Amino acid sequence: MQPIEEDVLARHFSREYEWGFESDIEQEYAPKGLNEDVIEFIWTKKKEPPFMLDFRMRAYRAWRDMREPHWLNAYYDPIDYQEAYYYAAPKSISQNRPRSLEEVDPEIRRIFDRLGIPLHEQEILAGIAVDAVLDSVSVATTYKEKLAKMGIIFCPISEALENYPDLVKRYLGSVVPYNDNFFAALNSAVFSDGSFVYVPKGVKCPIELSTYFRINARNTGQFERTLIIAEEGSYVSYLEGCTAPRRSEHQLHAAVVELIALPNSYIKYSTVQNWYPGDKEGRGGVFNFVTKRGIAHENAKISWTQVETGSAITWKYPSVILKGDNSIGEFYSVAVTNNYQQADTGTKMIHIGRNTRSRIVSKGISAGKSNNTYRGLVQVLPSAENARNFSQCDSLLIGNTCGAHTFPYVEVKNPSAIVEHEATTSKIGEDILFYCNQRGIPTQEAVELIINGYCQEVLANLPLEFAVEAKKLLAISLEGSVG
Amino acid sequence: MLTIQNLHVSVEGCPILQGLNLEVKAGEVHALMGPNGAGKSTLAAVLAGKEGYEITEGEVLFEGRDISELSPEERSHAGIFLAFQYPVEIPGVSMIQFLRAALNAHRAAKQQEPLDTAELMALLREKAALLKLDPAFLSRSVNEGFSGGERKRAEIFQMAVLEPKLCILDETDSGLDIDALKIVSDAVNALRSPTRAFLLITHYYRLLQYIRPDVVHILVEGRIMRSGGPELAVELEEKGYEALLSTA
Ligand SMILES: Nc1ncnc2c1ncn2[C@@H]1O[C@H](COP(=O)(O)OP(=O)(O)O)[C@@H](O)[C@H]1O
Ligand SMILES: [Mg+2]
Repeated sequence: MQPIEEDVLARHFSREYEWGFESDIEQEYAPKGLNEDVIEFIWTKKKEPPFMLDFRMRAYRAWRDMREPHWLNAYYDPIDYQEAYYYAAPKSISQNRPRSLEEVDPEIRRIFDRLGIPLHEQEILAGIAVDAVLDSVSVATTYKEKLAKMGIIFCPISEALENYPDLVKRYLGSVVPYNDNFFAALNSAVFSDGSFVYVPKGVKCPIELSTYFRINARNTGQFERTLIIAEEGSYVSYLEGCTAPRRSEHQLHAAVVELIALPNSYIKYSTVQNWYPGDKEGRGGVFNFVTKRGIAHENAKISWTQVETGSAITWKYPSVILKGDNSIGEFYSVAVTNNYQQADTGTKMIHIGRNTRSRIVSKGISAGKSNNTYRGLVQVLPSAENARNFSQCDSLLIGNTCGAHTFPYVEVKNPSAIVEHEATTSKIGEDILFYCNQRGIPTQEAVELIINGYCQEVLANLPLEFAVEAKKLLAISLEGSVG
Repeated sequence: MLTIQNLHVSVEGCPILQGLNLEVKAGEVHALMGPNGAGKSTLAAVLAGKEGYEITEGEVLFEGRDISELSPEERSHAGIFLAFQYPVEIPGVSMIQFLRAALNAHRAAKQQEPLDTAELMALLREKAALLKLDPAFLSRSVNEGFSGGERKRAEIFQMAVLEPKLCILDETDSGLDIDALKIVSDAVNALRSPTRAFLLITHYYRLLQYIRPDVVHILVEGRIMRSGGPELAVELEEKGYEALLSTA
């Protein structure tokens, strides 16, 4: 294939970020900056049980003694953590949590309508339960009663702390310790909401559970916390989607997701990340610095699927600790970068149990002046007799000004392990575009077709409605990058 | 349908076609033969509008219209189809997805509504049968893992689906075994019509035994040296290029 000449790459981003609207909602803030008083303020505001003050305080102190990491293959200016607000909640909610959809502030409802989130009852019947997190507070969790009948808990984590404190206490920080890393420690100290899922023994959750995150207030970081517990033999599929308004300054998003897959259970976690990527010159955009990790017990399976199209910088490695014998970890990823976006993403598969299996399929697509890095670790500990890993890491370049990098780390301490790694780098060549054009398909549409084909194996893992949305996002984020 | 007058084409400053004249009328089948490197694929690429092929002199008229300013997709919509000598793979894109996009682009250019899935599938199945292709082939990625022969058959299948006016076949017969050659020839013969024309680029007389051309041209060094009826191909088969052209 011949590379596309630079001069063919004329137009960039003919369409602007569509989700960048701002909404005028009165916010209630914590005092600016971060110190022990602010931690206590958050804890008090949220009326949390006493163990949480301890958890937050320990995390805060650990964080205070850590240094902001910069080892990623991307650049960001040090963040001034004292210039941000660590708690912002729409006033109408924080003062009085809504009991039903009708009580939700119409302005908030309008935001979610514009985001296309199915909050309405008819759409709920379509089978998606939504927990919508706007800045820091969960707005409404739908479909709750239906799930409750099966013993499934799906609610804001703040509500779980109120109603199921023992469950939260038992598992919170059990997979991502409060001092795991700088951003995880920050999250542990200040998180104000997120989702909580509990699926009881033997229960197969019949619908996709879904959360939409949106950063709205200015100068607030978003630190949501997700905790999913699948009891023995259970199954759950969870989806998260995210957007943020356009802002000229950067916004920090430092989430933590913990998955606990008990024996014979299966957790499927899908993300379509579309945070604001910044403008064409690289101003603004979200720093998406997220810690996601799951632990799989005997015969359990955890599958991460992510489609990352947004953010100025995406920096995350959804991981699986394959603790139990015969456990399975999967990671399917599409990361798209355009303009000045940077992504350093991948996964870690830690094989501890015997006969553990992991599979990694990563598709990086870079255009514009962006930089796209796959970084992955496959670790086979001495105990992991017969471990197997297969990794496929493909990079696709559009134009000559972007970069693609692959850092696959492999550490094998058991000789019976079989670890396979395949990697390819390709360009969308003139030949393939001409072939499509000759059949009447215009270049932009051809690029979409080729990209969708390229990502097919990952997109096939998304639930259908998300796959449709993901395809649209891929098309939009690469619009104008060729031709 | 197609009128080429004194066509000169350069690639990267290097002249390849040097004063080519050709007139193809609707309903006709023309065979274009010539040694390797003569410029046959170059002509096909120029007609299809591939970038990097510079027309330095002369003109190409399709249905009376100068097409040199049209994009490849506009030429496709106008009814020009090229069966490639080396069809490319498009991983992860099924033949159904690919042809849906192609057909709907053609329909959009004619201000027609996109086909619904049932209509699309019916059309694709019908044309697949014409090429004796297993319907399962429709779900496979375009040309991915296809044998050389399958690729060529798939090109003619796409041609049958898009129903072009001018069909250019660039060495479609190369790499086909005798059974596949017969299938492809039968399909081409079935597609012959008073409103459609064919330009068959080939090295082999064999193909022309199955698809009888109206005119045979011999292209050497960017120019048509001889034209004649089907008997010219027979003469070429017997004598070879050198002898044939020296007796001319
Ligand atoms: N992209 C290119 N750049 C430079 N020369 C080319 C290019 N493509 C073809 N040529 C040259 O043009 C001439 C004609 O090639 P081609 O049209 O492929 O011949 P044919 O199809 O008749 O075998 C050959 O000498 C070939 O080397
Ligand atoms: Mg050729």
